[in-house]
Amino acid sequence: MLSLKNWWPTPVRSLFLFLVWLLLNNSLALIHLFFGLLLAWLIPLLIHKFRLIQPGIKKPGAALSYGVMVLWDIVVANLQVIRLVLGPNKKLRPAFVIVPLDLTDPLAITILASTVSLTPGTVSADVLPLNAQGAEPRLLLLHVLDLADEAALITQVKQRYEAPLKEIF
Amino acid sequence: MSILEWLVALLAVAGSLFVLLGSVALVKLPDFYTRLHGPTKATTLGLGALVLASMAYFNFVKAELSLQQLLIALFLFITAPITAHMLIKAALHLKLAATKQTAGKDKAGL
Amino acid sequence: MLTLLLQVCFVIVGVALLLNLYAAIRGPSVVDRLLALDTMYINSIALLLLYGIYLGTSLNFEVALLIAMLGFVSTVAVCKFLLRGDIIE
Repeated sequence: MLSLKNWWPTPVRSLFLFLVWLLLNNSLALIHLFFGLLLAWLIPLLIHKFRLIQPGIKKPGAALSYGVMVLWDIVVANLQVIRLVLGPNKKLRPAFVIVPLDLTDPLAITILASTVSLTPGTVSADVLPLNAQGAEPRLLLLHVLDLADEAALITQVKQRYEAPLKEIF
Repeated sequence: MSILEWLVALLAVAGSLFVLLGSVALVKLPDFYTRLHGPTKATTLGLGALVLASMAYFNFVKAELSLQQLLIALFLFITAPITAHMLIKAALHLKLAATKQTAGKDKAGL
Repeated sequence: MLTLLLQVCFVIVGVALLLNLYAAIRGPSVVDRLLALDTMYINSIALLLLYGIYLGTSLNFEVALLIAMLGFVSTVAVCKFLLRGDIIE
């Protein structure tokens, strides 16, 4: 029972907590290093029994390039939004669009919805099951600021954002 | 004024303009669903630029290590889509009217 | 020069805050006002960051972080109240 897994359940999360603690204190003094290590060990130990099981990242490299792509897309999307916002209101073509999802994991769907909200003129509005009986979320409802071609938007979301996420998880 | 200071100034002005754009979108656009686009995208990017400006200023111009601002950017980039999602869900729940041009209203149950 | 440009930035963000105030007063619905208030939170963080550069102190960042957390939690709490009529289920 006394294995490393029990005493140090989530190493990556601990590292993340440690880094956040150091950033929060904005210093590398010995006392902060010590408290950071203590908290990074103690907090995951106390809460890991309550956590839902989440899939690990299979390809860290793919995840990193996905992050860089999203940051770049945020800048591009904003230049688009400037043009739309400063143009006349009558030329806008707002629309609701439903995108069918291939992803099943809640974490992956959350990340997809967040990136879609931040990037190309769209905001994710809701995650819906396929029909009234289905419990699993299968459809993503989006609001688009200026819709030119519905099919093109759906393929863009699926290819550009969903396909890399399927690889990562 | 050195090149680095110009960089800080450029980032600060660009960030402020993006923040302003988010607020202009809030006032100008016709209905709630379109208004939501301004604050989620423009304001978040504007704050990202301001965080970069302050990091450039403290780390390079003043030459003291300060990475605390990164936490602000990280927190905002994680929470902005969640706030937007909660707001639009509340709006759909209250069945707020969308503008006449909006296509596919029936998909959202409006 | 940097000081002058930073003062220009203060004016720009100040105008943005006034626009938010107008949007919050105009409404017309609760969710519109909530969105305007949330944007106000984020704009005040922007103002604090600029003020930190202006004064050359990094003390402001903790305040900015606190405002970010308060803004997020309060907005989500009000949204949940609108959705369910209850915050803690």
